[in-house]
Amino acid sequence: MSATPEATTPPPLEVRSILGDVRDRIRSGDLGTLPVFFALALIVVFFQLKNSNYLSAGNFNNLIVQMAGEALIAMGVVFVLLLGEIDLSAGFVSGIGGVLMAEFLLQGGSFHLPFWSIGGFAITPYIAVILAVAGGCLIGAVQGTIVAVVGVPSFVVTLAGLLIWQGVLLQIIGDGGTVVIQDQTIVNASNYFMAPVYAWIFAVIAIVAYALTTFMKERRRPTADSRARNYAIARVVFMALVTVGIVSWSLSEKLRIGGGTRGFPVVLIILVLFLLAWTYISDRTVFGRHVYAVGGNAEAARRAGINVTRIRILVFTIGSGMAAVGGIILASQLASVSPASGGNSTLLDVIGAAVIGGTSLFGGRGNVKSAVLGALVVNAVANGIALVGYSSAIQYIVTGLILLAAVTVDTVSRRRLAAAGR
Amino acid sequence: MATAPSTAPATLELRGVSKSFGPVQALTDVDLVVRPGEIMALVGDNGAGKSTLIKSIAGIHPIDTGEVFFEGQQVSIHGPKDAARLGIEVVYQDLALCDNLDVVQNMYLGREAHDSLLRLQEPEMERQTTKTLASLSVTTIRSIRSKVAGLSGGQRQSVAVARAVMWNSKLVILDEPTAALGVAQTRQVLDLVARLGQQGLAVILISHNLHDIFDVADRITVLRLGRNVAEFERRSTTQVEVVQAITGGIGTRVAGVAETAAEGAADVPGGMA
Repeated sequence: MSATPEATTPPPLEVRSILGDVRDRIRSGDLGTLPVFFALALIVVFFQLKNSNYLSAGNFNNLIVQMAGEALIAMGVVFVLLLGEIDLSAGFVSGIGGVLMAEFLLQGGSFHLPFWSIGGFAITPYIAVILAVAGGCLIGAVQGTIVAVVGVPSFVVTLAGLLIWQGVLLQIIGDGGTVVIQDQTIVNASNYFMAPVYAWIFAVIAIVAYALTTFMKERRRPTADSRARNYAIARVVFMALVTVGIVSWSLSEKLRIGGGTRGFPVVLIILVLFLLAWTYISDRTVFGRHVYAVGGNAEAARRAGINVTRIRILVFTIGSGMAAVGGIILASQLASVSPASGGNSTLLDVIGAAVIGGTSLFGGRGNVKSAVLGALVVNAVANGIALVGYSSAIQYIVTGLILLAAVTVDTVSRRRLAAAGR
Repeated sequence: MATAPSTAPATLELRGVSKSFGPVQALTDVDLVVRPGEIMALVGDNGAGKSTLIKSIAGIHPIDTGEVFFEGQQVSIHGPKDAARLGIEVVYQDLALCDNLDVVQNMYLGREAHDSLLRLQEPEMERQTTKTLASLSVTTIRSIRSKVAGLSGGQRQSVAVARAVMWNSKLVILDEPTAALGVAQTRQVLDLVARLGQQGLAVILISHNLHDIFDVADRITVLRLGRNVAEFERRSTTQVEVVQAITGGIGTRVAGVAETAAEGAADVPGGMA
């Protein structure tokens, strides 16, 4: 790994100052992602003791595939939660996303526009995906407009959405029916595993890109702050180790399944790309800053000249758009959609994932990566319980307890944060 | 701060401003003049029209009749954007800060520095924030990257005032800046207000606390029931006189209020150098 930055590491890190800073933050109630990693460690140790296959490469890859769809939906939920709003329709809108894509694919390769018959065009899998996501965005834009312009509470609007889109899904597919997805491109999104050499190429590209963006940002700082530079180096080293760890873990066993060699799940790359894109948008752009501002104090944001209505509509659009993206991945995983797609525990899993990952229900605090971390926790529990052979009753109870713990941590840390300065 | 230059045109001059809400006449023929470098205190009892007046200046409630001059030019302010364009900034009593954001983010709230791709320019924003806070001698804020939720009342007020100043503003309106503060923090904020005047900004200060007003203000305009009732030079008046103007009473004695201007002005630090 010549691309890892260890080779260029300047003076030793001021580990103590970094630790001291972390301690200050914890004291003021800003726990960040610490509780999540703590919970994850507990879960892993427990299930590994119960079943030694839990940490195997095969099960790790399974876990990634299982969590991907919900993690993508939860990214949209994070944006809605950042505003201090809620999106209860996310589950069934993901079902709508899946079924829209499946139905577009079923058009037999060509599609005739319904309103004006100037022929048609071939629907490639990519066009089907784009149309399905556009459909999700449209749903979000409508729901967001009702919330932001009319002023109906988002809880009610999206609760109505939950019922409406469940009905629409049932209407399209028919009771007890399923739509099978035969297109290989779509199915591969969740079910293709890359050969090791490609996985490593992606890993190297990812690490180099991360190191470059981080150090370039450091260089533009006005003052050469040694502590900030050490932080940057520590972050890059950490991310490089994590990336190398995940890839080598994923590739450590080659399981023979259906005659093919399993490798690195391609869906993880999709997940990481969305994670990076949304993290960038939320942290580094004006739009992202305004989302946090509206979530923190909508009245202050309005007086500062931020178009609060526009931000709200856009956020609900992102929420439902990402629900459709996640629904497509869920459909791809099962190679089919049914009226239950996006039903059952999907909604509570994704909202739970966002909150467990550290995004506040009260608005203004959280980040996109909490969606992935939370989905990892929720699915690590589900996966482990299935592996060990406990009933799903246990799964609901354990997930519920973790959610309760997460919200308690959020509430307590919010109180401490408010008390820290007074 | 008696050196308010009389040669320069007034930063803001209102002549005969009236405003009504339906049958309620909130302001009647109000005149007000604030010059560069001058701190004008606006006082009056509850319902005297102070809030309506500043909201009119800020463009939230445009005036019905009357004339507004800004730096000698007649202007009409129809909305908050008009006011901001002229260089009028208001620090409201609730400060309008986002607790979940840090100092830099709040300073640039709604006016973030960005490039053509809407990417935030953090180094530039940090630099400007540091510069503005330093120019106001705000030294109590340890890190400009700390969240506003963790700041004290005085520090929050400093951030709100610094934000108002940063945008090349010419007139800063402060609504009850010391209302919820303890003694030490009130001192900090009053020093900050005095510094705004020293920097040549025109300041309108609304307060119920006569002690604070006699500490920093140059002149005092008293409103009662939506009308001008009096205007005082701080150096040639007493708190009793001002209280009489506010209440409309004659010879009302108020417990704890100083009898003479000298007593009220005794603890003014320095004045203008």
